[in-house]
Amino acid sequence: MASEANKVLTKPIFDNNPIALQVLGICSALAVTSSMANALVMTLAVVLVTAFSNLFISMIRNMIPSSVRIIVQMAIIASLVIVVDQVLKAFSYQLSKELSVFVGLIITNCIVMGRAEAFAMKEKPGVSFMDGIGNGLGYGFILMTVAFFRELLGFGTIFGIEILPLVQNGGWYQANGLLVLPFSSFFIIGLIIWAIRQWKPEQVEKD
Amino acid sequence: MSSNKESFGKTVGFVFIVCLVCAALVSVSAVQLKPLQTANKLLDKQTKILETAGLLELAGKDIVPTYNKYVEAKMIDLDTGEYVDGDVKMFDERRNARDPQKSEKLENDPAGINRQSNTAVVYLVKDEKGAVETVVFPVVGAGLWDLMYGYVGLKSDLNTVSKVIYSDHKETPGLGAEVMNPKWKALWPGKKIYNDNNEPVIKLVKGGAKKGDDYGVDALSGATLTSDGVTRTLQFWFGVQGYLPFIEKNRGELN
Repeated sequence: MASEANKVLTKPIFDNNPIALQVLGICSALAVTSSMANALVMTLAVVLVTAFSNLFISMIRNMIPSSVRIIVQMAIIASLVIVVDQVLKAFSYQLSKELSVFVGLIITNCIVMGRAEAFAMKEKPGVSFMDGIGNGLGYGFILMTVAFFRELLGFGTIFGIEILPLVQNGGWYQANGLLVLPFSSFFIIGLIIWAIRQWKPEQVEKD
Repeated sequence: MSSNKESFGKTVGFVFIVCLVCAALVSVSAVQLKPLQTANKLLDKQTKILETAGLLELAGKDIVPTYNKYVEAKMIDLDTGEYVDGDVKMFDERRNARDPQKSEKLENDPAGINRQSNTAVVYLVKDEKGAVETVVFPVVGAGLWDLMYGYVGLKSDLNTVSKVIYSDHKETPGLGAEVMNPKWKALWPGKKIYNDNNEPVIKLVKGGAKKGDDYGVDALSGATLTSDGVTRTLQFWFGVQGYLPFIEKNRGELN
């Protein structure tokens, strides 16, 4: 049991990454990765929502009538997202100002629904909870990696601390404006997927 | 079993219970966290006002006490420039602007705000002796993507800029969002809003303002539309439709 919980926790990070392998949740990965701090908060929010939505859905999985199961899942996920948004507003106002729109969009993040439908509807609550955390972390791993490159090369900072002094502040580094824009994440995510598949060739789809 | 839970009555009942539980969860969190959220919002606003008045360093971590000590918020009527009574704490320009009773549609709308509240709140920032040192004016106007919210601090001559601080915007990071850059913010102190004919002529100059130009500030490079938005916002809010009546009335006799 312990090893199984361990497996569902760690597997989504590299072996079955929701972004890199399942290719879910790309849109929010584009939007919130312009800085490490944003990506971190978004990761925490997604981890919490996926974990608890998996937990609750798994707890009532035998009672959900299959004709309305998607609606029931949505209701639970949406409620959790609103709670997370409210907590963020109460405890981290600055970040919530920047992230509020994207936190709301967690509702439509395919990872949450995908895990609810594919895992929590079949498995026990404990394992489902772990699976939620694992997938949230897998999502977060990609988010943080993308944000690392975007913030470092786009703004010359990491978590807001100056690493590469910018030309406009009297330094030597000419910021890369491309990486400031959301679509640059496509390139980075593409490169990450390539790197992971070089490392784990079994992830490459057969023609 | 499975045919049992699929019956119409059970399905409706189940959905009803789920909705009830979810609604309870959301309501409880919203109500419980409301006081904290309001306090945060207020703290954020007070921080920005103190920053605009140049008192942020003095305040350190004691934002609220410093604010209460030095800042006096007053509601004004924009048409007449007179002080009026009103709840300054809960004042929200954009909420008023949605209320036909409290706002009017603008015929001439360079700032792109569509409707404007009839009243506004200005912040008189005093020194140790109680003399008004700075007046902080909230401004709002369209940038490239959305409305930009900010504060302009004027010295007691009501012409010389002490600071321009943007608090909320959705401009492009690295380009328009450079309104938040300390280097750009440092260009503002000492600039003048009005020329000798009392017209608000302050503007952002593409390619850089000339040295000694009191009415020009360097535009943001790569962000022409944001820069134009800032220019129009300032000229609008310090013109006749904005704070000019109040400023004309109070220039030289603020205390």
